[in-house]
Amino acid sequence: MAVLLGLLAALTLPGIPPAVADDEPISEPPKLELVLDVSGSMRAKDIGGRSRIAVAQQAFHEVVDAVPDETQLGIRVLGATYSGDDKKVGCQDTQQIVPVGPVDRTQAKAAIAGLRPTGFTPVGRALRAAAEDLGTGGTTRRIVLITDGEDTCAPPDPCEVARELAAQGTHLVVDTLGLAPDEKVRRQLVCIAAATGGTYTSAQSVEQLSGRIKQLVNRASDTYTQTPVTVAGSNRCENAPILQQQGVYTDRERPQEQRFYRVPVASYQELRASVSVALDRPLNPHYGVLLRAVAADGRELVRGTDAGSGRTDVLSTGVRWSGAEAPAESPSASPSGSPTAAPTPSAGSSASPSVVAPGNGQPIVCLVVSNSFSTPTGANDGPGMPIELTIDVVDASPALDTPGLSRGWVLLGGLAVGLILGWFIRWVIATRRETR
Amino acid sequence: MTRDETTTRPEPTGRPMPARRLGAIRAAVLAVAVGAGILVPGAIAAAAPASPSPTPTSSADPDTDTVTTAGTSFLTATTIRAEQPVDVAASSGDYLYWQFTAFAGETNDLKINVTLPPAADRHGPSTWTVDVFDGLRRRQACTEGAQTRTAKVADTTLSLGCKLRQVRSWAEPWSGDPLPGAYYVRLSVTDLPEQDLGLPTRVGLGLNTVGDDEGGGEGVLSAPLGPSPKPKVTGSSSKSPTASPSASESAQAGGTESGTGGGLLPDLSAEAKWILACVVVGIVALVGFTLAWRTRRP
Repeated sequence: MAVLLGLLAALTLPGIPPAVADDEPISEPPKLELVLDVSGSMRAKDIGGRSRIAVAQQAFHEVVDAVPDETQLGIRVLGATYSGDDKKVGCQDTQQIVPVGPVDRTQAKAAIAGLRPTGFTPVGRALRAAAEDLGTGGTTRRIVLITDGEDTCAPPDPCEVARELAAQGTHLVVDTLGLAPDEKVRRQLVCIAAATGGTYTSAQSVEQLSGRIKQLVNRASDTYTQTPVTVAGSNRCENAPILQQQGVYTDRERPQEQRFYRVPVASYQELRASVSVALDRPLNPHYGVLLRAVAADGRELVRGTDAGSGRTDVLSTGVRWSGAEAPAESPSASPSGSPTAAPTPSAGSSASPSVVAPGNGQPIVCLVVSNSFSTPTGANDGPGMPIELTIDVVDASPALDTPGLSRGWVLLGGLAVGLILGWFIRWVIATRRETR
Repeated sequence: MTRDETTTRPEPTGRPMPARRLGAIRAAVLAVAVGAGILVPGAIAAAAPASPSPTPTSSADPDTDTVTTAGTSFLTATTIRAEQPVDVAASSGDYLYWQFTAFAGETNDLKINVTLPPAADRHGPSTWTVDVFDGLRRRQACTEGAQTRTAKVADTTLSLGCKLRQVRSWAEPWSGDPLPGAYYVRLSVTDLPEQDLGLPTRVGLGLNTVGDDEGGGEGVLSAPLGPSPKPKVTGSSSKSPTASPSASESAQAGGTESGTGGGLLPDLSAEAKWILACVVVGIVALVGFTLAWRTRRP
């Protein structure tokens, strides 16, 4: 026991970047960029008799007025300047008209008011540029894409671009808004949103458009307080990355793949782990996820599983596991007199060495994340689906006694005492009579 | 020797009735004794988890502001409280997440009302589902309520519901029982025509919590599940969080009757419970004494 404690104390976990502490406030301001399509098709007057661009401009004015002070907002446009027919030139046409930063409302409104529907629709390029505008950082950054037409500049296919941006692990979410979208546009925007964990909205009125953008702007400020740490799971337990005892991690896993991670868990501790696999691409409709905790010798300790059918965003499951031994600071569990809830020291220490990894002697549990997703034939399974792994190690909860035995002993003991007392008194009386 | 002379054994012809009556009395006494032995400690055990101070239920501090947001993932779920109105504008196809904190003994009941997009814009039936997960993102069963419903094109609203199981104060690590800590609610459209995505909807949600301090059962969880802000220590543990004598004592006294049938006895201190237990043992001893006395003296 003491040896195990010492080992755990000595275990300082050098390789992995430390997880962000729970209570550490993140001072980084929420960052967001609006990406507006100003291509020629925005001239169409089909939203309540007004042109699409007029509706978008009014909504942007309202949004700029309503932006919270701490939010850093930028605006990028695409197809705003080049009116020629040269596709090569037209597909480079994207500019940032308001830089990401504290909002200068007057300047932003002036920039919006000057927009005239003009050119091509290079959505993919604009997304890449917007991601660059937002830079890297700890918090989630959001892009709100407002467009009315499909990308006329593919390649790059905007959905591929979105997936690629998401795979860079920079916590980027793209929300899409379609203005009077047709079927192709809708498909494309849904795909972009799904690839990054964003939302898709079809806007049909100026109130709806501005209301939705305001909602998305506000959402930017309630991003994670705990930024997930990127890890790369391995395919075997022996060389799996060692995770901190507390933290949120992200990784990518392809359909039908399994990934291993290791977590140090002492015998008096309880491991709590949960995993979420995000469905960021079209997949076959029936699927499942499995999270197993495995001892170093391959013995399964516990498993959590979930499965489903149909449309969903993530599939999650979780496990709890603790060794046989009660927490060190509550020795009360053992002398209770019941057969199972009183693990002898030898039982406790014999349970833990089996978890110990051979070689380094650390008490370690392997976590195995596998899935039964499958892609439609021919689909590219690319960089893998995002998985989110939450690890927490707490003191084990003291086990309860086995049912009712302690009370039964009290009753039997009372009866026995009474009977013996009765016989004794009777014997005393009988002896007295004999001597009398 | 003297015993044989003084005690006259009942002859078959002599007095069969008293012997039979004696047996009946003995059986009755035994039955009463056994009954008392089982019931009284059971009542003590049932009273054991009763918390000395009222549980800080979420409804005690009602935040009456309407919640107008919903998160989009487990990590960004919007926190709600019991009885707090929720009214969120959303797009059909959004995945909406909320989270609430539950304490041992509570039973949570969710009611969800969806105002569907205008029927003119919809192309077919849509299926809505509410899923509830515990702090470890494990799916939780609903005991009552329609978790999934399909709206026809003509429908304007749709209501869903999910009543969860009563939250236990403790469960084995391998068990999926509901435990104190965070709970996540996810509302999603699980099936709809693809062209109906992104249409405007409104979602109303109500969380009703019925607290029962004594229903949570025995045992103490070392920490609540989930990443939510650590709630105050729950239920029976509020006085003695871990491993103090009274906690282990109540864990020792209680076993099978995990809280059901509680309320027979008022809140008792640990000392009072021991005194009561001693009295019961004394009564049982007296009964045993009586039995032993009478068996040999008909």
